Amino acid sequence: MSVLIFIDQSEGQIKKSSLEAITYGAAVAKQLNTTAEGIVLGTVADDNVAALGKYGVQKIHHITNEVLNHVDAQLYAKLIADTATANGAGVVIISHNQTGKAIAGRVSARLKAGLVAGAIALPDTTNGFVVKKSVFSGKAFANVNITSAIKIISLNPNSFHVTQAEGTAEVITVTASIAEPKVKVTAVNKVSGEVPLTEAEIVVSGGRGLKGPEHWGILEDLAKTLHAATACSRPVADAHWRPHHEHVGQTGVQIAPNLYIAIGISGAIQHLAGVNRSKVMVVINKDPEAPFFKAADYGIVGDAFEVVPKLTEEIKKLKSA
Amino acid sequence: MKILVCISKTPDTTSKIAFKDGNTKFEEAGVQWIINPYDEWYSLVRAIELKEKDAATVIHLITVGGADCDPVIRKALALGGDEAIRVNADSSDSFYIASQIAAIAKEYDLVFTGKETIDYNGSSIGAIVAELMDAPYISLATKFELNGTTAVVNREIEGGEEVNEVALPAVVSCQKGVAEQRIPNMRGIMAARTKPLKVVEPVTVETLTSIVNFELPPAKAGVKLVPADNVAELVRLLHEEAKAI
Ligand SMILES: Cc1cc2nc3c(=O)[nH]c(=O)nc-3n(C[C@H](O)[C@H](O)[C@H](O)COP(=O)(O)OP(=O)(O)OC[C@H]3O[C@@H](n4cnc5c(N)ncnc54)[C@H](O)[C@@H]3O)c2cc1C
Ligand SMILES: Nc1ncnc2c1ncn2[C@@H]1O[C@H](COP(=O)(O)O)[C@@H](O)[C@H]1O
Repeated sequence: MSVLIFIDQSEGQIKKSSLEAITYGAAVAKQLNTTAEGIVLGTVADDNVAALGKYGVQKIHHITNEVLNHVDAQLYAKLIADTATANGAGVVIISHNQTGKAIAGRVSARLKAGLVAGAIALPDTTNGFVVKKSVFSGKAFANVNITSAIKIISLNPNSFHVTQAEGTAEVITVTASIAEPKVKVTAVNKVSGEVPLTEAEIVVSGGRGLKGPEHWGILEDLAKTLHAATACSRPVADAHWRPHHEHVGQTGVQIAPNLYIAIGISGAIQHLAGVNRSKVMVVINKDPEAPFFKAADYGIVGDAFEVVPKLTEEIKKLKSA
Repeated sequence: MKILVCISKTPDTTSKIAFKDGNTKFEEAGVQWIINPYDEWYSLVRAIELKEKDAATVIHLITVGGADCDPVIRKALALGGDEAIRVNADSSDSFYIASQIAAIAKEYDLVFTGKETIDYNGSSIGAIVAELMDAPYISLATKFELNGTTAVVNREIEGGEEVNEVALPAVVSCQKGVAEQRIPNMRGIMAARTKPLKVVEPVTVETLTSIVNFELPPAKAGVKLVPADNVAELVRLLHEEAKAI
């Protein structure tokens, strides 16, 4: 009974959320006194695959077929499930990122394995196999017992810290016979040059308090200084001041960065639902009664147009010190 | 072209989240129930638009849940859709719920789900239904068009978007972008009263997970306010105390 970790790649690079999944999977394997194995799909340099051993995975099944360079949920799920079965995996770990959301349910159905989606902690095995997950859009947690023989955990991004040690993984290269994908991909648009919102350690976010799209420069300067991703509240995206993929909240993207800086955002409950898993929250708002101050760790009551440029300056000073 | 729209009921987004019976059950007292926003605003409205454009002929709604779901289903019918099916079973296990949906979904060309339920946040029902139907699953759609029996879908991927083309049948999970929220009108509300709401018994499947209990996050220590003329102090705190920068 081993632990199998799905390791997600894009253009040959392993994603941060997958490094988290590996670290997590290795910890689960240790807890269960078994081996941590990984599965990589598509083209990744052999050395890079073996190097993942430093995150604690001992053996990696690498299926190298080129068609797998594009994620196809149906093909991926079959290969992950088949690899789990062939190697007697008792636990399968998948990141709860966009790719994971398309795949984990399919693997669950193929293996008839109970799925906890959006896990945030290691399983508790003292009485069953209980995994804590975020529910009610971050407003509470549920402890869920997986009762099936095989268990699937999809891990929330940014909820488990990546750790490294010495180690090289044994790589088993496989070419599989793969069916024709049913889904045809006709265009891919990656937002380039920006930090992807769901993976960002720091997020700088703006609301209606910024008054208009022409005022986002001060926010972008701050974000650049912090190597942060930018986000916004829903009315801002609805008014097309900012692109839709930046909208965070209950109905937008849910994030859990180390630091969330909210500028000119009132802190409506639907907004908080997308960001209240952030480790540290800072609010800049000119209204001391803004509800966001109740949820935040640090705050400045003041005019964003004065405070934000100063904040950028002070951070530059800190960085050059 | 028949569409099945999955409808789930969730607490209103402003509900106070509390638990009872030793934190094993959600406290429903005082909670207002709504259609899960992703199901209502995006998948249901898009299905209705497709029927208005004659791209679809039939829209059925499906809910897996107890009789307490009926008011929410009626509200969904008031927006549109020809009839509703309620599978009379109560479960929080995704595999169980998805198996109930899949048992009925085989009759349809297209199955819409929401991106996720805002209470249990699984984001997984659609994928399970698709696997059980051996059909493609297009997750996190932001735009959906029909071209005869081919769906053209924009969907969110890691760090961007892609456009997919897929022959039906397919399962699609919808989010913002797919449609715009609509308000039901009086005619819709009246019509919904007489639309069929069929109650069917569940197929036998095992549950693979069960909720042991709930927890609320630890209370925040309270905000530390820094005067607006001392931004340097905020930076110091973020660096030295919070270790966030
Ligand atoms: C079902 C449902 C789902 C929703 N989902 C979401 C969601 O996912 N995400 C989301 O964000 N919203 C969502 N909303 C909307 C939400 O309720 C709020 O309306 C929205 O978050 C408010 O956005 P805002 O804070 O930018 O604007 P406002 O509420 O208008 O707040 C602007 C803030 O800026 C401050 N301000 C003004 N000028 C300045 C200045 N010069 N300097 C500093 N501060 C200033 C004001 O004091 C105020 O607090 C949802 C609503 C519903 C009903
Ligand atoms: N009990 C249910 N009955 C019908 N559809 C459901 C049910 N639960 C979830 N769904 C559908 O599946 C989607 C994703 O749910 P989840 O995987 O639980 O986040 C929801 O947006 C609904 O469209």
